[in-house]
Amino acid sequence: MIRVALPHHLRTLARVDGEVSLEVEGRVVTIGAVLDALEARYPALRGTIRDHATLKRRPMVRFFACEEDVSHEPADMILPEAIASGAEPFFILGAIAGG
Amino acid sequence: MSSVRVLVGTRKGAFILTSDGKRKDWKVEGPHFAGWEVYHVKGSSVDPNRIYASQTSAWFGQIIQRSRDGGKTWETPGGGMEKTADGMPKGESNKFVYDGVPGTHMWYDGTQHPWEFKRVWHLEPSLIDPDLVYAGVEDAALFISKDGGVSWSELSGLRQHKTGANWQPGAGGMCLHTILLDPKNPQRMFIAISAAGAFRTDDGGETWKPINRGLRSEFMPDPTAEVGHCVHRIAMHPSRPETLFMQKHWDVMRSDNAGDLWSEVSDNLPSDFGFPIDVHAHEPETIYVVPIKSDSEHFPPDGKLRVFRSKSGGGDWEALTNGLPQEDCYVNVLRDAMAVDSLDSCGVYFGTTGGQVYGSADGGDTWNAIVRDLPAVLSVEVQTLP
Repeated sequence: MIRVALPHHLRTLARVDGEVSLEVEGRVVTIGAVLDALEARYPALRGTIRDHATLKRRPMVRFFACEEDVSHEPADMILPEAIASGAEPFFILGAIAGG
Repeated sequence: MSSVRVLVGTRKGAFILTSDGKRKDWKVEGPHFAGWEVYHVKGSSVDPNRIYASQTSAWFGQIIQRSRDGGKTWETPGGGMEKTADGMPKGESNKFVYDGVPGTHMWYDGTQHPWEFKRVWHLEPSLIDPDLVYAGVEDAALFISKDGGVSWSELSGLRQHKTGANWQPGAGGMCLHTILLDPKNPQRMFIAISAAGAFRTDDGGETWKPINRGLRSEFMPDPTAEVGHCVHRIAMHPSRPETLFMQKHWDVMRSDNAGDLWSEVSDNLPSDFGFPIDVHAHEPETIYVVPIKSDSEHFPPDGKLRVFRSKSGGGDWEALTNGLPQEDCYVNVLRDAMAVDSLDSCGVYFGTTGGQVYGSADGGDTWNAIVRDLPAVLSVEVQTLP
């Protein structure tokens, strides 16, 4: 199971508390596969993390894996084993900005 | 006994204010969608328990919320666990995709800029079907949902008007902020865009005509051009849909031929700059505006919060001040932040950027703050309930 930590507002929208756990299909776990699984499980999140049509990350959303910022990595980037095994969560963050 | 429900959108969530017909004692409930900007909340006149809300965020984009119980509970229509036969999520209630190749419009520097969806400014439920709702969006376009907000498609005849490439954003973005449905002619509706102007369709949204003749905007190279006017808000009385009232960037205007020609009715207002304009529920010639000092000083003249009322459809404006702060008041009232109820003694409501929502149960003669310390108010609508 993959663990995903969502920002407060997306937890509210998806009506979940704390981290979510997801089954991700395929032998390797990529950023895109995690997002696909997340949106399939919680359709209310579609369009909030990445654009509906282009699937590009929204500008003020960031991804972290094992303390590394992977926001600018391609969707087919293979995530570390610690994420794939569920030892570490995949973090989705809202950028710190605004009031 | 009749009651009222005031739907308030703010910078940090939505609030619902309820009272009986006396409109003296109020219950304040919220915030709904706490922490999100709520640009607009509006109920269906066919089914008052059906309410739509535009929830938006610079971080996470657009969300459409729907209530089927008068705002007690909310859902993202189609955004739940329900799936289609092939296992895909059913509906994409926050998917606003322009029809075809989006093309470009004029940018602030005069260059062409791609059309980009940013948010829903205004939701207008149909007058006959609670599942049919229109959305006015930024960058300016009109969308329609026929399934209660589950899915949206663009009425692209508007954006594809031959003047579309010349439309330019105002300071607040290029937003379609006003949608007026003609209660006597289902094929006719009016919309307004900052800063393109007002448009009318007579064929249910297929084709559109700019209705800006008579407007004069000195900031434009051609002050009387067909498009480019910064219309802030238009209003109509349902009994007289041919008569429209407009608060333009500067100037208060009226038209008696469905927008074909406008004339100025600013008359004795202390400033003819402002954002909202509305019409009394039972007196089609009684209108309300809130004068703001100027386009660079978005607060009331002299620090006095005054609603101005004309009982002659423009002109002979009288200041309504009883119960409103008359010193040191420097709030703004935004374009969608005024509404009227339809009780026998017409109620008038407006919200400020300082978080106050004021109400008058006597057509504006006296005012009370229903609530004083909300986040900045973006929109106010009211439902009159049996």
